[in-house]
Amino acid sequence: MSSTTNPSTHHTSTIGAIGAPSRRNTELALLVFAVLIPVFAYANVGLAINDEVPAGLLSYGFGLGLLAGVGHLVVRKFAPYADPLLLPLATLLNGLGLVAIWRLDQSGRLQSSKLFVEAAPRQLMYSALGVALFVAVLVFLRDHRVLQRYTYISMAGALVLLLLPLVPGLGHDNFGAKIWIKIPGLGTLQPGEFAKIVLAVFFAGYLMVKRDALALASRRFMGLYLPRGRDLGPIIVVWIISILILVFETDLGTSLLFFGMFVIMLYVATERTSWIVFGLLMSAAGAVGVASFESHVQQRVQAWLDPMHEYELSRQGIFGHTEQSMQALWAFGSGGTLGSGWGQGHSDLIGFAANSDFILATFGEELGLAGLMALLLLYALIVERGVRTALAARDPFGKLLAIGLSGAFALQVFVVAGGVMSLIPLTGMTMPFLAYGGSSVIANWALIGILLRISDTARRPAPAAPASPDAEMTQVVRP
Amino acid sequence: MNKPLRRIAIFCGLLVLTLLVRDNWLQYVQADGLKEDEHNRRVAIERYATPRGDIIVDGKAITGHATTEGDFKYKRTYKDGAMWAPVTGYVSQAFGATQLESIDDGILTGNDDRLFFRNTLDMVTGKKREGGNVVTTLNAAAQKAAYDGLKRQGAKGAVVAIEPSTGKILSMASYPSYDPTTIAGSNDAAGEAWNKLQKKNNPDDPMLNRALREAYPPGSTFKVVTAAAALEHHLYDSADEKTDSPLPWTMPGTSTDLPNEGDLPCEDATLREALRVSCNTVFGKVGYDLGNDKMLETAKKFGFTEEQFVPVRSSASVFSDGMNDSQVALSSIGQYNTAATPLQMAMVTSAIANNGTLMKPYMVDALQAPNLDTIEKTDPKEMSKPLSADNAQILQSMMETVVEDGTGTNARIDGVTVGGKTGTAQHGVDNSENPYAWFISYAKTDDGSSPVAVAVVIEDENAGRDDISGGGLAAPIAKNVMEAVIDSKK
Repeated sequence: MSSTTNPSTHHTSTIGAIGAPSRRNTELALLVFAVLIPVFAYANVGLAINDEVPAGLLSYGFGLGLLAGVGHLVVRKFAPYADPLLLPLATLLNGLGLVAIWRLDQSGRLQSSKLFVEAAPRQLMYSALGVALFVAVLVFLRDHRVLQRYTYISMAGALVLLLLPLVPGLGHDNFGAKIWIKIPGLGTLQPGEFAKIVLAVFFAGYLMVKRDALALASRRFMGLYLPRGRDLGPIIVVWIISILILVFETDLGTSLLFFGMFVIMLYVATERTSWIVFGLLMSAAGAVGVASFESHVQQRVQAWLDPMHEYELSRQGIFGHTEQSMQALWAFGSGGTLGSGWGQGHSDLIGFAANSDFILATFGEELGLAGLMALLLLYALIVERGVRTALAARDPFGKLLAIGLSGAFALQVFVVAGGVMSLIPLTGMTMPFLAYGGSSVIANWALIGILLRISDTARRPAPAAPASPDAEMTQVVRP
Repeated sequence: MNKPLRRIAIFCGLLVLTLLVRDNWLQYVQADGLKEDEHNRRVAIERYATPRGDIIVDGKAITGHATTEGDFKYKRTYKDGAMWAPVTGYVSQAFGATQLESIDDGILTGNDDRLFFRNTLDMVTGKKREGGNVVTTLNAAAQKAAYDGLKRQGAKGAVVAIEPSTGKILSMASYPSYDPTTIAGSNDAAGEAWNKLQKKNNPDDPMLNRALREAYPPGSTFKVVTAAAALEHHLYDSADEKTDSPLPWTMPGTSTDLPNEGDLPCEDATLREALRVSCNTVFGKVGYDLGNDKMLETAKKFGFTEEQFVPVRSSASVFSDGMNDSQVALSSIGQYNTAATPLQMAMVTSAIANNGTLMKPYMVDALQAPNLDTIEKTDPKEMSKPLSADNAQILQSMMETVVEDGTGTNARIDGVTVGGKTGTAQHGVDNSENPYAWFISYAKTDDGSSPVAVAVVIEDENAGRDDISGGGLAAPIAKNVMEAVIDSKK
């Protein structure tokens, strides 16, 4: 892979040759599948649990179809050259998530809990809100470069969003992690999900301006380019904020996500490997440092190392311990290669958060290894389309924003799925689109909207040649 | 910027790859271990998702099933649960399974490997998994006679009856017992019932299977083993020759006389006479004359010192090694360390009744697939030959004398030859506790074959000391059991 040739120049699908296909019909065809698959899954759950096609099948299919249709029409009108895969992928994941949430709503075990609320109708409403925000992004954000203007406002906004859960009276401690805020009458909100996007905007804007200074003013030491002391400033600030999140909001996932996203964007902006080394060292130091005195983090690590012991502690009724991790492992194991089939597993044994943080275990048990791998590959495809958008984008801000958003998305998927599968300690984040939770669904639809906008700009063909041959001489090269 | 972008793409690819590898590890490599983990509730849910197969006695099921609320769809029920509990054990949604319910769990739930082909076929045709049946060797009438007899006495005790020619267990009762139906569920009532049955809350320990798991000092019933040893080792060669037995007899190495129960004609008594009136002095001296090794050798041939699996495990009966002379003498009359389960004494009796051949005792005749095909059939197996046929017949005639004309007259049955031996075993410090009343016996039909051998033991806390004798308390129960078996053969 040589850096001197830019492969995007001979890649017809990503750079706009005149008359490049818009691929909107491809998107429409894929959307049909993205709606039909969850509808079949929904019918499957009903048949498995109640031996009948669920009464809500038509309205559910119609609702999901409507959301997808509206999304598609808006893309067709406002971002005609956008990537054709992202919308169907998001729709499919959102639809499957709804099915799994509805399936867990049918569980007698969960229904007998005091905390039980029917989650599927709410999630459908959140999805509608998410698609609405998606539409709003595409309609009102006609050019993503506009966001550059809001670099420092974004910084302030992101800080406010991140600090909100710490405000007394507003913050809401939900089983250890303080990453929620409570809005009276509306329920709870996870500002971190939105901060993810706002921070990406800030990082992209900031790094686009500072990249040269960060990249060039450095000394070489043992094969690494060491940044100057004052250039270390930003990364240290972000690092400190991440540590503060970890300490005060006791959320390992959010902290890791923000720091990781920053390091990725810094690396892309400066092309300096040394930043990666610094980033890894700093995150390792931060994680170990905090874990040495923060009992909540220590407990998560203990639970990860020995989930069976944690299960037994929880069974003995010792406060602060949970059997969820072990239950999730059993769910995965019991699913085996092919799974139990929709509605025939017992992932509801996980109890609390079975339909949010742990929703992947339901997929693991009921769809098996095969289904879960397919699901993970759907996420991989979203990330791949995001990275492709970054590659195709013709402006550095767009590149940085796209890679920041997709990198953060990939990290989130890894941290959540890895946590549920006990690959890494469990954190308090949710699987994008799949898990029950308004903030997550709404924010991720906005994320997809922004990626579509960038990819539309990237793939949009240059304006058609003017009729006058003279005019061709004066054609402006688009940035 | 594209070079780092590509590297980030590779990094994201690696993240997903790591997840995929982990997923394969979890759902393929570790899947079975997690799936069958005993703490995984799915194991129990699956287990109770279909009705269990039945345990069969005399062609009729002594078990059944009922539907329950909650996770577990079916629970076990038992007919005459208390009477059959020592045979079936229990299976409980909350407390697991024991005995037959546990040993043959695979067949009963339908998960046994031998049903694999069938289950696969059922899966293809969409049929629900079914459990197979366990067909026992027990005899319902004999079991009822045994349990009712113990219940009438109202005292702790146990009965085991065996068919000597095959080793089939015909009756296995223990009292006090419990109804396993009460603990089969997983609700609060089952938990309460369970707690009430625990030994710490119930000194009677009703869940103890006394027939298999309690080894009692066998007392005078052990004298038949000592007599067998005397004949086998040619200390004496007939029932009617005079033995070399002084009275009183001071135990070697001590200054203590071995007492008899009363003023008995034991001086130089024949073996027949000594067994008829149950002379401690004669058999104590026989044991001493034979010595520890020979006594142990014969006891071992009868099954002492080993756990038996019928297939439910029974405790090992005890005859010690390395004892001094007086301890050997005491052990030979069923005292000191000697202890025997009711099953063990029934085995001793059945070996004598079967002309010296001990058949391996068993209680599962066959395992059936859900469609009643036989998967496994238990064939009678010879376990050992503790004594020769001639010596066995000598011993039979001695035991028949006991019933006709000795301490065991309560076991007489009209028209049937019965041989038996009573026992009254002392226990507790300085014999302070009530003795155990024993009776072992067999019945013989006209053709010389024996349809049943039985051992009965009763620990009576209420009866006065004098009332306790094997002949008074235990022999009538043995008689009823033998009669039940003989009647059911007609």
